[in-house]
Parts: sequence; C-alpha cells; structure tokens
Amino acid sequence: MISARHLTLRYPASARDALHDVSLQVEPGVLTAIVGPNGSGKSTFVRALLGQLRPASGELHILGKPAGQWTARELATRLAVVVQREEPAFPMAVRDYVALGRHPHRGLWGAETAHDARCVASAMADADVDSLAARRTDTLSGGEWQRVRVARALAQETPTIVLDEPTTFLDVAHEMACFELLASLAAAGRTVLVVSHQLNLVARFAQRVALLSLGTVAAFGDPDDVMRGEILERVYDWPLVVSRDPAVGAPMLVPLRRHRQAAEDRR
Amino acid sequence: MRRGPVLVLLLVLVAAAAVNVAVGAVPIAPGAVWAALAGRGEAATVLIVRDLRLPRMSLGLLVGAALGASGTVLQSTLRNGLAEPYLLGVSGGAAVGAVLAVGAGVQGVGALAAFAFGGALIAIAIVLGLGRDRVGGRHPGSLLMAGVVTGAFANAVIMVVLAQSTPTAQRNALWWMMGSVAAARWIDVAWLGGAVLLLGATLLHFARQLDVLALGSDTAASLGVRADGGAMRFFVLASLLAAATVATSGLVGFVGLIVPHVARSLVRNGSSRSTIAVAAAAGAVLVLAADLMARVVRAPSELPLGAITALLGVPFFLWQLKRAR
Repeated sequence: MISARHLTLRYPASARDALHDVSLQVEPGVLTAIVGPNGSGKSTFVRALLGQLRPASGELHILGKPAGQWTARELATRLAVVVQREEPAFPMAVRDYVALGRHPHRGLWGAETAHDARCVASAMADADVDSLAARRTDTLSGGEWQRVRVARALAQETPTIVLDEPTTFLDVAHEMACFELLASLAAAGRTVLVVSHQLNLVARFAQRVALLSLGTVAAFGDPDDVMRGEILERVYDWPLVVSRDPAVGAPMLVPLRRHRQAAEDRR
Repeated sequence: MRRGPVLVLLLVLVAAAAVNVAVGAVPIAPGAVWAALAGRGEAATVLIVRDLRLPRMSLGLLVGAALGASGTVLQSTLRNGLAEPYLLGVSGGAAVGAVLAVGAGVQGVGALAAFAFGGALIAIAIVLGLGRDRVGGRHPGSLLMAGVVTGAFANAVIMVVLAQSTPTAQRNALWWMMGSVAAARWIDVAWLGGAVLLLGATLLHFARQLDVLALGSDTAASLGVRADGGAMRFFVLASLLAAATVATSGLVGFVGLIVPHVARSLVRNGSSRSTIAVAAAAGAVLVLAADLMARVVRAPSELPLGAITALLGVPFFLWQLKRAR
C-alpha cells in the first residue's frame, strides 16, 4: 500500500515544486498507473518512494509508515523499484545481476540460500530472461536489459513493486507480456505501481490511473474516467480522440496530426 | 570466478615472493638463502636475507596489495574505470604531506606517515567538498573532476616546495616521488601491514554494498544501500589505504589503475569482495615483479619502482584490452 496525501516535493535549489499537493493511493491487488507528459513529476514520485527526496509538505506512506522513516534495507525488503535509467559501472553475467535483487535479504555476509536461488530462478522465468542467464549485461539489447531489470526487482520478493517506464525499448509482444505480468502480480495481491507513456496499454490493463500534469494530479480514478479526450487533450496539449479498443473495449487514444491540412496538401 | 587463472595468479605470487628473496645485488645460492631464513650460515648472508630482502619483499607485496584493492574500490565507488588513488589527488595529497615532512627534516616512519595521512585527509576533504553538487549529493563525475584538479594542485605544491630545497633534499624527494621499497625496514612493514589489515578487512566486510553501489544511486537505494553515505565510506577507506603506501614507499603509479581491470576479468561475477581480493594478489605480483626488475636490470644500481610498474603494467593492460575486444 502506497499513500500520498497533499504531497509536495521540491528539489534543493529549485524555484518551483516538482510535485504539488499530490494525493493518490496504490492499493494491494489493484494495478495502478501514473501517466503524464514529460516533466510532469512521475519519476520524482518514484524517487520520493526510494527516500531520495524528502517531502516539503504533506505525507508519503509506504505500508502505513512514512517513506523517510524506513531504513534503506527494511524498505528494500518491502518495496522493489525499477528506476527509469540504470547502467552498471562494470558488466556482469545476467544471472549474477538478477541475484543482486536478493541483496537486502542476504546482507553483507549471507550466502545464497536455496530459497534465494528459487526466487532468482522464478523471477527470471517470469520476466522471460531464462535464456539470457549467462550473457553479460553489456551485450544485451535495450529490450532484453529492461526485462532483466524487471527480473531483478521480482527477485527482491517484495509485497510492493514500482516500475518506471518498464516497457521502453520493448517490442509489442514483450510490452504485452510485461503488462500481463504486472496484472498477474496485482491479481496475486501485490501492490503494483507502473509509470508509463503507453496510454493504450495502461487503459487496457490498469485498474486505477493517476494523470499528472505539471506536478499536480489532473485526474485520478478508473481508466474510463481519466482517459477522456478533453482531459488528455488539455494535459498533453495535443489534438487527439479517444475511441474504444476493438478487442476489449478499453479506452483507446488516437493522437491526431496538428497540421493535418498542411500534411494532406503536401501529398 | 575463473578458478584456474586465479589459482595460477596465487602460484605466481608465491613464486614472485620467493624469487624476490632469492635474487639480489649480492649473489647467494638458494640453499644459503634457505639456511639464512632459518638464521643459519654467514652473519652477512643472514643479515642480507632477513633484514634487507625479506622486509623489502614484504613491503612490495603490501604496497601492491593495498594499491590494487584501493583502485578496485575507487573504480566501483565512482563508477569509473579510470578512477585510482593517483588520479584522484589522494596520493598527491599524501605526497605533499610527506614532502613537507622530508623538507622539514622529520625522521621516522610514524611521523612521516602522520604527515602523509594528514595530506591525504586534506585532499579527501577538498575532493569531497568540491565534488558536492548543488543538490547536496556527490556525483561520481564531479568527484573524479575534483580529484583531478586536487592532484594537479598537489603537484604544483610539491614543485614549489622542491624548488626551495637543497639539491640533496631534492634528490631524496625525487627518488621518493618515483616510488621505492629499497629502504624497507621491518618497522615500515609492520606499519603498512597493520594499515592494510585494518583498512582491507573493513573494505572486505562492506564489499557487498559496492556490488550494489556500482549500479547507480537510485538502484542502490532500491536495494537497500544509500549511495551518499555508502559511497563516502568506501572513498575515504580506499583513499587512506593508498595514503598508507605513500607514507612507506612513495608514489607507485599505475597499479591502482591497471590491476582492478585485470582482477575484474578474472572474477567476472560482479562480486566486489572477490575482485578486491584478487586485485590485492595481482597488485602484489605487479609490484614484486617490478621491484625485481628495478634492482636486477642494472645491478648494482637501481631503477625507479614507479617507472617499472608502468613499463610492465601498461603493455600488459593494452594486451588485455585488445584481447577483451
């Protein structure tokens, strides 16, 4: 369970709030997504969950306790995060990288237990990276690396999991597989929060959506309530229509060409 | 971890240590060396083996181990394969302290070490202060940059101090700035041994946090390691380890830069603890081999140790770099 109440965050030496008066809840069993334009504060929210940024005002609770009151290691056994950007300083085998997800459980000297090995194996199977186990991290494609990072977070075996744009670089099949995995984690009772630019996938899989705009919550609720043409058009400042996904009937966003007439004239 | 090559490395280390004791300016038969180690034979031979060669070998081994371990930790902490105590200004700070001590006529390893440590601590404080960004965090790139300029400043200070010294003091300081274990005494070995044991054990204890810190600050935080506090601890410990070698043996360059890459290619599983241990062994081998060359190539005169580590290390490093491609 993640709960933000009137949360305001500001980077030191910055003149404006990165997030302002944000209230939203992420409940167990309910796949929740944060969407919004670039620079709307999505990743800032994730950094605050990690304790990397302290609230200027308001509250941010993780499992009922203020985010800043967890020790780093306590938090890491309860909250797994795939951050937006990550590059290891030195390459290592994929299996060894995924096993780092067990770090908070193993501590400084704990050997890898049979349970650790099982967690790593099942995480790699769930993220479909079994076949990459012996590859070095610097030989992976962008999409493979994304899936390996998701596997590392799954290996942490936490009740809460947060992913910041996990489908960047993924092909259609792996995008679908990623969201299906997140939906199944939520269905199994975990608290799952995904930050994404894939509005159509979010509309199809997420049960709750928070739409951020310039650091504030423009809308929060069911996909049907949030993914409405007039709201999205205003927040993204781009002409678009919202229709219905022909397969499952979820809201489906279709961006329009702003200079449509000019484009057609050129043809 | 590739057990075969690591085992070979350990055997080479033992062999290098043995050859360092057996070979020197004065030819002594292997049997006589063995006897001298046990305290038997001619008094002069016993003296050469037990009080000159053995401490020299021990000091070389410790200097190499400390620099290899220090470089490995600094590279992981700053997430940069170019980081090393020399480049980061830490050795330079220690050198300023030691040169000032030598210039002021300070005697004794303890006092010299205190000056070197003081210089290193000032350099660390400057680097950490300069490397602090506006947000209050310390970006690895900023720390590296701060280290490079601190090192340049330290060099300038040394030049100014040397320009004011007598020719004899200049010669002493120059020899010392090129690194040497030639004048090793058991007190130096004991001193550096204690520092390596204490700092090395602490680094090995926390090493697993380095595995995570090498992934970047946000991911490290998500795995339970706060980057700022964690990285600073490693930075300070590794810097002090390098400063300790400067106090006893002057500036021995390149070991901290090259050896970690060799160690990483042997360990391969990303375990910092194994990499630090292997880098310590590989650093010891490099310094022992260099010191052997330093006194054998143009015996009875000696070549500077720091130059030989570079002459040996750089071609090996280039060969490895090419092979890894």
